[in-house]
Amino acid sequence: MNKTINNRAWFLVLPVFILVAFNALIPLMTVVNYSIQETFGNNVFLWSGTTWFQQILHDTNFHDSLKRQIIFTGLVLLIQVPLGLVIALCMPRKGPWVSVCLVLMALPLLVPWNVVGSMWNIMALPDIGLLGKAINALGVPYNYTRQPMAAWFTTVLMDVWHWTSLVALLCYAGLVSIPDAYYQAAKIDGARPWAVFRYIQLPKLKHVLTIAILLRFMDSFMIYTEVIVLTGGGPGSTTKFLSIDLVQKALGGFDLGPAAAFSIIYFLIILFLSWLFYTLMMRTETK
Amino acid sequence: MAKITLASLRHSYYLNPKSDEDFALKRLSLDWQDGGAYALLGPSGCGKTTLLNLISGLLVPTEGKILFDGADVSHLTPERRNIAQVFQFPVIYDTMTVYDNLAFPLRNRGVPEAEIDKRVREIGEMLDLTATLNNRASGLTADGKQKISLGRGLVRSDVNVIMFDEPLTVIDPHLKWQLRSKLKELHQRIKRTMIYVTHDQTEALTFADQVVVMNNGEVVQSGTPVELFEKPRHTFVGHFIGSPGMNLLPCEVKGGKAFFAGHMVDAENVAAAKNSAHLEIGVRPEFISIGGSGIEADIVKVSDAGRYRIVETQASGSTIKLLVAEGESIPTGKIHLSFDPSHTQIYEDGWIAGGRA
Repeated sequence: MNKTINNRAWFLVLPVFILVAFNALIPLMTVVNYSIQETFGNNVFLWSGTTWFQQILHDTNFHDSLKRQIIFTGLVLLIQVPLGLVIALCMPRKGPWVSVCLVLMALPLLVPWNVVGSMWNIMALPDIGLLGKAINALGVPYNYTRQPMAAWFTTVLMDVWHWTSLVALLCYAGLVSIPDAYYQAAKIDGARPWAVFRYIQLPKLKHVLTIAILLRFMDSFMIYTEVIVLTGGGPGSTTKFLSIDLVQKALGGFDLGPAAAFSIIYFLIILFLSWLFYTLMMRTETK
Repeated sequence: MAKITLASLRHSYYLNPKSDEDFALKRLSLDWQDGGAYALLGPSGCGKTTLLNLISGLLVPTEGKILFDGADVSHLTPERRNIAQVFQFPVIYDTMTVYDNLAFPLRNRGVPEAEIDKRVREIGEMLDLTATLNNRASGLTADGKQKISLGRGLVRSDVNVIMFDEPLTVIDPHLKWQLRSKLKELHQRIKRTMIYVTHDQTEALTFADQVVVMNNGEVVQSGTPVELFEKPRHTFVGHFIGSPGMNLLPCEVKGGKAFFAGHMVDAENVAAAKNSAHLEIGVRPEFISIGGSGIEADIVKVSDAGRYRIVETQASGSTIKLLVAEGESIPTGKIHLSFDPSHTQIYEDGWIAGGRA
């Protein structure tokens, strides 16, 4: 038996280990640490088992923000995915307008998140904002700082503005990669535009759409910055989503234990739902 | 079912073509009979796919007309022209079963389901797809998918012409032969006009009754495989078809006789040759024999090709290849070559002397 004596090659893998440790394992383990112990500062920790987890799971605040989060993410997906797809289908495939469209579409993605929040905050103000003033001028009473419906409308609209481009660009990339022969064959087979979409474009876009839905799901489920700048979770707590709730617990109340348990539950929900989406969308593949 | 006429057809991908160079397809006129098997043969980029797409209606010609049975179809959509096309890469509808794939062109045209079922089963049986009719099309191998593409063309009973754009490119070598004979068999059976585009001479010569050889956007010769072999109209055809291709030797014509490096060579069309042009003698390796007298040459290389050997010789600075049958001995040292006069032609500036009308 020949045994490898020189193990120095492991040093080459070391940077990756260190990187992963610092950006994932250690922070996550700190949170785990907090979630199962109680501390009063000075680095004194007391074992508390699953107390914090039970507390969070029975917390009506958590239930409410989870409900709001699910509705928000559901709305965002229902609007952005079809809208992005339609935009991608309408974008030109050839010619000088391609780059113009691509740049225009990419612009919202380049705006920093808190700037997006500020922009919409100002634009939707009922007395001086372009959007707010216009809606009120149409005779519809609109004030997102007081009406929950208006706040929701503005939040969803802001997210649609910010992120539909991502779905559109992903779909566009998928559409462009379909070989011309498919369209030619469809023409020869006498397929109508709807049939071309249903039997060629949609099946070919499946993977891209899976990615788009996953990305939009994860991102919208974790939304924080734009909402906190726009509505601050209000009016009342009508737009208080999970991340806002979490920050209030952790920083506002300094309840590190419950906040850590909250984080882990939050993380597990995202992990589980992402897995569920992925499995459901890929299921037909293996059949 | 249709007779196809191409009347001084020309095509350019530029909006305002100026010189001849701008045309991907230079002026051409052809007549194709109903029910024939035709091949378009030529190297990549010679314009054969352009011609195919013009006939199918995926492109609109810059100039000229395309007639199906005398009716002008130049500006009709592919659907209205009623043609079928099989592409280089198999095109199938992934989410459908094989059955639905075959039924798709009929369903799009509103054919009643009972009729569809009959046609699909008939074509499925013809292409040996019966066992897989209810499987998902995406799970099939490349040749199975290509059969589906073909089947979608065959399923319509009123198709004018079926076109193949290098359909065997992605098929495994051992299946190529099978699929090729299947195509030939289908043609015999249904007698539909078929046009087959390829850069592979074996595919073209075995499939077609009439082969159209193209180069640089022009039709160089259109003829039966035998004509292309025995009497190439252009040195390009001589060189492109046959393996190895035709020998081309520089020559002079003096007093109605052709001379290669001082040796008199008898050629079939020597009387038609004019001395003004760049002249070449063309003779296929199959029609050269080693004899007691003739052109003196040195043997450079002998390669074994199974049934025969390819002998490469050098004579007065030109390479001459010839074939020697299995079992025949090859002399060493200086040899003398003689050409079969009835298969030796003179070419002027590339074109056969006296042959270009």
